[in-house]
Parts: sequence; structure tokens; C-alpha cells
Amino acid sequence: MNLNAVASIYRFEMARFFRTVLQSIVSPIVSTSLYFVVFGSAIGSRIDTVEGIAYGAFIVPGLVMLSVMTQATSNASFGIYFPKFIGTIYELLSAPVNFLEITLGYVGAAATKALFIGTVILLTANLFVDLPVAHPVAMVAFLMLTCLSFALLGFIIGIWAQNFEQLQLIPLLIITPLVFLGGSFYSITMLPPVWQTITYFNPVVYLISGFRWAFFDQADVAVGISLGAIGLFTLICMTVIWWIFRTGWRIRQ
Amino acid sequence: MAAIVSVQNLTKSYEGGFTALDDVSLDIEEGEIIALLGPNGAGKTTLISTICGITVPTSGHILVGGHDTITDFRAARQLIGLVPQEINLEPFEKVRNAVRFSRGLFGLGRDDAHIDKVLAQLSLSDKAGNQIKTLSGGMKRRVLIAKALSHEPRVLFLDEPSAGVDVELRKDMWQVVADLKKQGVTIILTTHYIEEAEAIADRIAVINKGQILLVEDKEKLMERMGRKTLRIELTEPLERIPESLSSWDLELAPDGRALIYHYDSQSDSTGITRLLAAVRDAGLQLRDLQTRQSSLEEIFVGLVHGEDDAA
Repeated sequence: MNLNAVASIYRFEMARFFRTVLQSIVSPIVSTSLYFVVFGSAIGSRIDTVEGIAYGAFIVPGLVMLSVMTQATSNASFGIYFPKFIGTIYELLSAPVNFLEITLGYVGAAATKALFIGTVILLTANLFVDLPVAHPVAMVAFLMLTCLSFALLGFIIGIWAQNFEQLQLIPLLIITPLVFLGGSFYSITMLPPVWQTITYFNPVVYLISGFRWAFFDQADVAVGISLGAIGLFTLICMTVIWWIFRTGWRIRQ
Repeated sequence: MAAIVSVQNLTKSYEGGFTALDDVSLDIEEGEIIALLGPNGAGKTTLISTICGITVPTSGHILVGGHDTITDFRAARQLIGLVPQEINLEPFEKVRNAVRFSRGLFGLGRDDAHIDKVLAQLSLSDKAGNQIKTLSGGMKRRVLIAKALSHEPRVLFLDEPSAGVDVELRKDMWQVVADLKKQGVTIILTTHYIEEAEAIADRIAVINKGQILLVEDKEKLMERMGRKTLRIELTEPLERIPESLSSWDLELAPDGRALIYHYDSQSDSTGITRLLAAVRDAGLQLRDLQTRQSSLEEIFVGLVHGEDDAA
């Protein structure tokens, strides 16, 4: 395995992240603070608890997931799309690297960035609310798996996209609505039965539910199902990437 | 000398049915500079891209250093450096980091001494800490070469290295290429500038419509296919060629002050001695004589157009 190549891609991508360190760190802190002001204080003050959890604390896992999913997706998609856009992809394609090494470099860097931002949001949230962590290992595992799986999805989007509009299309029109409708700011048990059933078709529900369980030991769906869902999602993304590199779809002519 | 790049029956067809390379075979010897000449769309860049792994061949085989570019792609690509036609660079990256990144991609560990050497060779030492976007077009092209040399390749592909480069920088580039050749690097360049091929190549391959028309030593090619021209300058202008010289295939210069005679320098008899005697007998007085070898450009145009006409 060409580990030097993996490390080079990873370092190169992380350097891009740290070139815009203010935007990378300040932006999630500001938006998280805004969510707490709006949902935690303004609206949250009218809601006492949700399933026995203070509303301010209840929304933290959903907020972290919202940022982690969008950041992992956008960082990975931009990471691989930008070389396509400016033409430097030739270097990757003519280097002695295989699909696994390229994917590890880009997806690893995007997942790291998302993990970093998720951690910053958790630390910021701690300033506003008391945040117990019932299952710390599971919390870290869920966070890392989500970073990885959505970075894989972003990588696919980056390869698929042929312009900047397409690059934004899936995160904007699919991921963000799914996260908002996936129980980020409410428990799905609060929905009428019909909508509950529909919600179970939203894969993000399982991620948020599992992540919330790691904090509060309460979940909308069984933890095993959450883990299975995220594992399956990761597997599907990896299979698609393997197929892309095998066929050269939208990469090699 | 052994072939370091061997292309065998290579064909590349696209989904729309367009065939960019049609059964191309070509052996490139270690240490030589070979120029691929051809008009736009001839297949030069496709050939390079396919050898380097960017484009997937439809059929045929490519060996680099004896390694198949598909089944043993790591070993094959390790030997190759590629300088693309377009200036494809990450604009916000610093020069040194960009070159370091390329070395890492080829699996080699950090070696700042080598990076410094490459940057110095390309007169980029004082730009090492600059962001690429701040560099001129010529400097950016040098960065592309530095990136391609970062992993010490044995084969260097230069796709239109002089495109958009001023004359002075072009000459500098030729010097860089000459230095690399001295170090034993095999160089394959595509170019639109025939002058460039004429100046630096050892061999010429002419490609048109996806087929190799000719591969030959440059000197031999020019000797074999180049016509020579004798220009007989006269003291007094002529209105027409004298009747006594009508049996010679002569042209009269537009100003009437010279007779132009084309001949084959490889022929046993060029006819020059008899022609000069006939000119003297016609009562013409000579002011000067000049001979000129036809350029590679004329040979190239003749080859490509000859093929087009035959089609």
C-alpha cells in the first residue's frame, strides 16, 4: 500500500482546512450559539422537557449531527471535485495509487475535519447546557462512523458533480431536509403515527437516535438497528466508490 | 538500446465512436528525446494520457520499463513524470508544498534536499515559499515540471511545454530538457512548434488521425525527405526564364533577380554543374549562390497533407 500517497493527500487536504481556520472554527461556533439562542432559549424556554430531558440538552446530539453530516459531505465532495475542476486530477490518475489510497486520503481528511467541528460544537454546547454522556465510547464511535460514512457520500457526490450547482444540490436538497426531519430538534414519538411511520424511512433518524442514546440512554429506535443502519450506509457508499474507480466513471476517460 | 516505453497495437475509441488512436505501435528508447508532431486532434495528448494512465485504452498493451501499465501500474507509473499541456495547479498552495505533494503521491518520503535541487534546476528557488497564484505563466509551467521531476522519473512526458511561453523562456526550457537528457531521462514531447522539435529532438514521430505516419531519426528524416534548394542570384533582373533554360525545372523569383532550383541532395547527380554551365551559356551573370535545406516544418506539412490528400 502507498501510505506516503495517503499521507500526502491527507496533509494537503488538511492544509486547505487550516488555511481557512477562522471560517472552519468560528463559523460552527457562531451557528451553534445561534441555534441555542433561538431553539434553546427563545423557543426552548416554552418547552420544559422532551422525554424527561431538558430541551436545550435534547437538541445537542441533533445539532452535532447536522453539522457533522453537512461538513463531512461538503468537505469530501469539494476535496475531490476541486482537482477535477482545476485539472489537477491528472496527477492523482497518473500516480501509482489505487482507489483505496485516494479514498482514504480524501475521505480521511474530510472525516477528520467533520470530527474536529463536531468536537468544537460539543464543547460550545457545554457552555450553554449540562450535557451528560451515558455511553462515551458509543458516543465517539457514532460520531466517527457518521463522519466517515457521510465523507464517503460526499466523495461520491464530488465525483458525480459536473459543476458547482450539482455539488451543492444533494447536501442542500436532500441531506439538510433529512437531518431536520430526522428528529434533530424533536423526538419522533411526538409525531402523529402516520408521520412516525414515514419518518422511519429516513436513514438519518437512526443516526440521530443512536447518537442521542449515547448521551441520554434513550432512543427512538433500538441502538442495534442504528448501528446496523449506519454500517449498511457505509458499506453501500464504499461499494459505490469501488465501482466508480473500477469503471473510471466520471474520472478516467 | 532497449525500449523504455513500448506501445503495442494501441487503440482508443470513445463511446461516441470516435477513434482517437488507431492501432498505434511505438518504441521509445532509453535516454532519447522523441518529439510527437501532429496537427490538432491528431491523438498526441491521448497517446500520452493513455501511457500515463489517465485514459483507459480500448485495446493494445503499453510497457514502461518492462512493466505493463494496467497489470503492473504501480511499477510502470513510478518511472513516469508528466507535465500536462494545461497549467493545472492548486492556486493557493505554495510552490515547495505542491512539489512535496507530488513526491508523496509517488510513494516517496520527504526529501527536502531533492526538492531544493529540482527547484534550483528550474530557477524556482526564490519562489519556493510563494503561493502558485502569484507566479507568472512561465513560472507556473516550471512548477509543473518541478512536480513531474519530484519523484526522479526515468521517463518524462512534456505535453506542449512551450505553449504560451515567450521565446526567452522557451530557450530556457530547451536547456532544462537538454540537462535532463544528460542525466539519462528519456523525454517524450508533443509540440506544435516544429522549431522546438528541430532544436531538441533526437527522433521525430509524426501522428495524424490517430495513426503514426512515421518514426525516424531527425537528422536522417531531414536528409531523406528534405529537398535542397539552390538559389542563383543574378546581377540583372529577368522578365522570364530564357528559352535555353526551359528544359530545367526552374522558378523565377518574384523580383526576377534569382533562379530557384530544387534538387535531391541524395541523388547521384544533382545536375548543379550542368545547370551552372547552362546559365553561363545563356549569358546570365551570377551575383551569388545560396543553398537551403527544407525545414522540418515543410517536411511535416508535406507528410500530413500528403496523407490527407490520399484519404
